[in-house]
Amino acid sequence: MIEIQDIKKTFDGKPILKGISGKFEKGRTNLIIGASGTGKSVLLKCIVGLIKPDEGHVYYDGRDFTDADRNLKIEIRREIGMLFQGGALFDSKNVEQNVIFPLDMLTDMSKEEKLDRVNFCLKRVGLENVNKKMPSEISGGMKKRVGIARAIVNNSKYLFCDEPNSGLDPQTAIVIDNLIKEITEEFDITTIVVTHDMNSVMEIGDYIMFLYEGHKVWEGNDSNITESNVKELNDFVFANKLMRTIRKEV
Amino acid sequence: MKSIGKYCIFIGSLFVNRERFSTYIKLIINECIAIGFNSLVLVSIVATFIGAVSTVQTAFNLVSPLIPTYVISQVVRDLTILELAPSIMAIVFAGKVGSNIAGELGTMRITEQIDALEVMGINSSSYLVLPKVIAALITYPMLVVIAAYLSIVGGYFAGILTKVITETEYIYGIRVDFNEFTVTFALIKSFVFAFLVSSISSYKGFYTRGGALEVGKASTSAVTNSCIAILLADYLLAQLLL
Repeated sequence: MIEIQDIKKTFDGKPILKGISGKFEKGRTNLIIGASGTGKSVLLKCIVGLIKPDEGHVYYDGRDFTDADRNLKIEIRREIGMLFQGGALFDSKNVEQNVIFPLDMLTDMSKEEKLDRVNFCLKRVGLENVNKKMPSEISGGMKKRVGIARAIVNNSKYLFCDEPNSGLDPQTAIVIDNLIKEITEEFDITTIVVTHDMNSVMEIGDYIMFLYEGHKVWEGNDSNITESNVKELNDFVFANKLMRTIRKEV
Repeated sequence: MKSIGKYCIFIGSLFVNRERFSTYIKLIINECIAIGFNSLVLVSIVATFIGAVSTVQTAFNLVSPLIPTYVISQVVRDLTILELAPSIMAIVFAGKVGSNIAGELGTMRITEQIDALEVMGINSSSYLVLPKVIAALITYPMLVVIAAYLSIVGGYFAGILTKVITETEYIYGIRVDFNEFTVTFALIKSFVFAFLVSSISSYKGFYTRGGALEVGKASTSAVTNSCIAILLADYLLAQLLL
């Protein structure tokens, strides 16, 4: 479980996060949603430690990550897997080298063990026979899958996904969303997904935190998000014609 | 001043929380190929022509019949070893390798590849930059030695072909009054310049923010800052050691 307490962050005098708290449980897909510029990605970066919050704490299974010493920080980071918006695959390495990288760097496994694990993870994300392809030779959806394989290859306990389906067609986006949900449940990990895609929200939102102008204004799940009385949330959820049509029909 | 402080902290970060030694061996070999071996052709061409031009221009300037002809190769030798090979090659090195390093790291930064390393708990600066700095320190002095040799050879052929100096005079000029310390001085300079080019370019690339435009700016800034640092260091070393 990941717990955040009163996270605040200011950039150049402008407050981006204004005291956000919440709990992200293990084994379910936790979503942080909100319009562009509300601080979702900043919050995610504060949680993984890429940005240090001005105030507040992040706890990984009770371990204070914010004030941790270097060794504890490294220990926790080695339990983290992250899927970045653009995949963040290493351009100079092929698919297999990208996925094996965390094992090379962080484990003492034999070459055969590592290759078995890489092939298992690639198969799990639906990729086979692409081991030797370079990132530039595969599609956006495949890059995301490779990114997920790399994130889980080291038996990560925490999975973070920053806009996992941005730039993907709706069908591929849903496949990626479902893959994240399946992996979360199958490996019983704590997953946090940052998104502004309503399809993802309705598809995989076991727990949803809605941010608005740096505040958490609502939390719930995919079954009660459409029943909220929070104006900002309703403006966000029913921003598109399809959702408004569904609401009228319901 | 703030940038210099940040640069010093950046250099310090290369040596803390390093990865396993074996990890660096492979990376250093790869960087030696990328930084050193791949610069060989450019350095060879530039050095050969600089030597050739130095010979022809020195001959053009030495018009007095009182000055012996072998002085041409003596001038080319000292000019090459003291300045052209270590310093001018460093400018060329900054243009080729410096811009490449800044562009590579800048692209890695804006495409979140560096963030990916950090999230894994890897010291990204140490993992990405230290091998480049070590590779530059290994290969640049070698390039300087090769450049000095080719420059003198280039001068030899230019002198013979244009008939401004005979073969015997050229060889004699190269050998006469040779001060071995000039080679030591050139090698000291080459180590300093290699460190400056690789570390400044890495610093510029590593802290790139924004998009493709900023990567381009980082590359340009890496080259210009490296060149200024080379010239400053060149002057300071000359004052201190000669």
